[in-house]
Amino acid sequence: MSQIGSFALLLALMLSAYSFLAGLVALVRKGPAAERLGETARRAGIATFAMVFLAALVLVIAAFQDDFSIAYIFHHSNRDLPGAYKFATLWSGQEGSLLFWSLLLATYGLVLRLRYKTDSRLFAHASVIIAAVQVFFLMLLNFAAHPFALMQGTLPQDGNGLNPLLQYPEMVIHPPMLYLGYVGFTVPFAFALAALIMRYPGEKWIQITRRWSMVTWGFLTCGVFLGAHWAYSVLGWGGYWGWDPVENASLMPWLTGTAFLHSVMMQEKRGMLKTWNMWLIFSTFLLSIFGTFLTRSGVVSSVHAFAQSSIGDWFVGFLAVTFAVCLFFYVKNRSHLRSEHKLESLVSRESSFLFNNLLLLVACFTVLWGTLFPVLSEWVQGNKVTVGPPFFNRVNVPVALLLLLLTAVGPLLAWRKTSIESLKRNFLWPALGALAIGAVLIVVGIRPWKDMSYLYSLMTIMLSALVGLTVISEFIRGGRVIKGHTGQSLFGSMVQLAHRNTRRYGGYIVHFGVIVIMIGFAGAAFNQDKEQEMGYGDKMSLGAYTLVCRSYTQEDKPNYSSEWAIIDVFKGGKQIDTLYPERRFYKASQQTSTMVANRSTFKEDLYLVYEGLNQDTGRPILKVHLNPLVMWIWVGVWIMIAGTVVALIPNAVPVRVTAPARIQTAPVGAGD
Amino acid sequence: MRNLLLKTAQLTFLIAALFAFLGTDQDARFQTLGHKVMCVCSCNQVLLECNHVGCTYSDRMRGELASYVDRGDSDDLTLQAFVQKYGPTVLIAPTTTGFNRVAWVMPYLVLVLGLTTVVLIVRTWRTRPLAIPAGVIGRANNAELERYREQARKDTQV
Repeated sequence: MSQIGSFALLLALMLSAYSFLAGLVALVRKGPAAERLGETARRAGIATFAMVFLAALVLVIAAFQDDFSIAYIFHHSNRDLPGAYKFATLWSGQEGSLLFWSLLLATYGLVLRLRYKTDSRLFAHASVIIAAVQVFFLMLLNFAAHPFALMQGTLPQDGNGLNPLLQYPEMVIHPPMLYLGYVGFTVPFAFALAALIMRYPGEKWIQITRRWSMVTWGFLTCGVFLGAHWAYSVLGWGGYWGWDPVENASLMPWLTGTAFLHSVMMQEKRGMLKTWNMWLIFSTFLLSIFGTFLTRSGVVSSVHAFAQSSIGDWFVGFLAVTFAVCLFFYVKNRSHLRSEHKLESLVSRESSFLFNNLLLLVACFTVLWGTLFPVLSEWVQGNKVTVGPPFFNRVNVPVALLLLLLTAVGPLLAWRKTSIESLKRNFLWPALGALAIGAVLIVVGIRPWKDMSYLYSLMTIMLSALVGLTVISEFIRGGRVIKGHTGQSLFGSMVQLAHRNTRRYGGYIVHFGVIVIMIGFAGAAFNQDKEQEMGYGDKMSLGAYTLVCRSYTQEDKPNYSSEWAIIDVFKGGKQIDTLYPERRFYKASQQTSTMVANRSTFKEDLYLVYEGLNQDTGRPILKVHLNPLVMWIWVGVWIMIAGTVVALIPNAVPVRVTAPARIQTAPVGAGD
Repeated sequence: MRNLLLKTAQLTFLIAALFAFLGTDQDARFQTLGHKVMCVCSCNQVLLECNHVGCTYSDRMRGELASYVDRGDSDDLTLQAFVQKYGPTVLIAPTTTGFNRVAWVMPYLVLVLGLTTVVLIVRTWRTRPLAIPAGVIGRANNAELERYREQARKDTQV
């Protein structure tokens, strides 16, 4: 079995290397022979997918067959591991996750190569760049992190098992989403670099990659928040974001990707920020690779120490080469990236995008700086320091508030120039609404002068309300115009409005999701927790809840043994729920894991953690968190996804754009 | 006699209030300081949020923190004691002394530099016409670009 996998990987490397080299030669030379060579390169790229897919399939089958002769399967699976987690073994360790990365890249490459007729020359350039990235990952898989390496000596009867922290349903979907995001940014990167190399006229590469970028960004958003939800549900510390280096690694490309999705509109509409957009997408790709480097190299300490090794040097080399290539072609062809228009007013959509980008990049820099400062400190001072949540929160919370303000104001600004009168007219009611909400919150008990976190919380909710009201007013204003023309209901008009301009109104829905998430974050200022030993019939009160321990017991299952408590939850003297916080001991890996019991409502989460048995009394110790508004975060993510999907839907009245002879005729959006 | 009882009651109340106040203050200090220190059991969690029952590090560290607070040590002294015993990584964030100050200053510096750059760019754009090299964006291309932009306008405007 392992031989098939090894052979498939080797063949994949050869095919991708051919795809890269032959594709490169075909691009440099002219004539029918070069075209034929280019076609073979394209087909080799497609065949690479088949080989990488075969290798991944072999690894999954080996996991299901408990083939512990393969070291990777021995280290990351065991006989009693449930089927879904055996499947997830593919991305549970370093070698497997690199193979998974390679598979996703090959899949993206396959789609790209099958759609090459959209613009064969541009696609051929992009295909070569993707092949180059693929060669790097396949070299890693063949020579540095081989997933089919065999066990030495006597074959073990059972495997070490999957890390208990990964044995949670979301871990089956969180890494694929994240990787789809990371890897997906390779496509817009490849098109951007291809356009720069070709000195490609216009913004067609942006048109082509627009949907790639949005889908990729959507996957990354899902991946980041699934990770947050996993941390909340499994790590049992009552929080969802700990500013861990690996969490930060996923956030950084998300921030630059978000900046790119905004600033790219300036290039599409006004021919501005061409250099900026080029470097934003380069940075996003480099940060995606950097994220993998952080996860895999162990250069910074992280709770995500699932898979570390010495492959960091490979990544450093790849990052350096990629950056050098980007810089070389930028310096060579930068004249091609000059702006065609100038900014006419500070009070304009363009300047709001500039400031939006600045803030997103400052947030990204802060995350990068905070993540790498321990390494820098060790280098300069000779000792590491910890850069934890207080640092990131102190810097990033004000930046996030400014971004919220821009999110409210930006959509109200017109392109080129906006009169102050028009801004006042559009902004007055949402601003008054936000102030009224702030006043109500102070009346009901939020005291911003008592604590900085309360102040931030109040400001977050007020600014979120401001954004929400401006989004709603935009929908109503546009809906009224359509209603006036068609006589439809206002709601029907708003739906039609969104369908006519899916990108714009999908974007507004995404903004709406963001503010729902921000309100969820604001709730963290009011978190409460309590820890107590809970014997039979013992009570604990927190907030409006009273918890009574009905029982506690132990259980033995093939994969793990567990201790758990049965806790009745009372509110206002009435029983409203029963919760079962649990702690598991996984036999194969000899590690423990928490299974949090969470009663989640829109108002608050009642979050119970079974911490373990007191060795002296034999009674369980429970930690209870009361976390307001957490559900808003997960609801907000769904809204963001819905908005992204709306933005991807073609407009109700598609417009066909034909390109001049130099560029092949294609419908707008084709290929994206 | 009545005065004495009254004064005793007042004194008792005052002492009780003082103790209650001090107790609350100490609890608050314990909470605040406990959130400035990491558990060193490699769980990467704040000391008071480490939820490993039987974690030998966090139990011991919490005990040490409680004793420092009970003893009336200042915040600085308490944190310094932790640093001396467990090393600088025990603090959850860099201090504001020496090279560590750079950690705090840099993001704000970048923000200020970024803002200055954006403002300068905007001013330059507003005052200086753009030189577009001939041949890069020719007439034919302009027409093509305008079509794309028209599409973009339709995508993003009512």
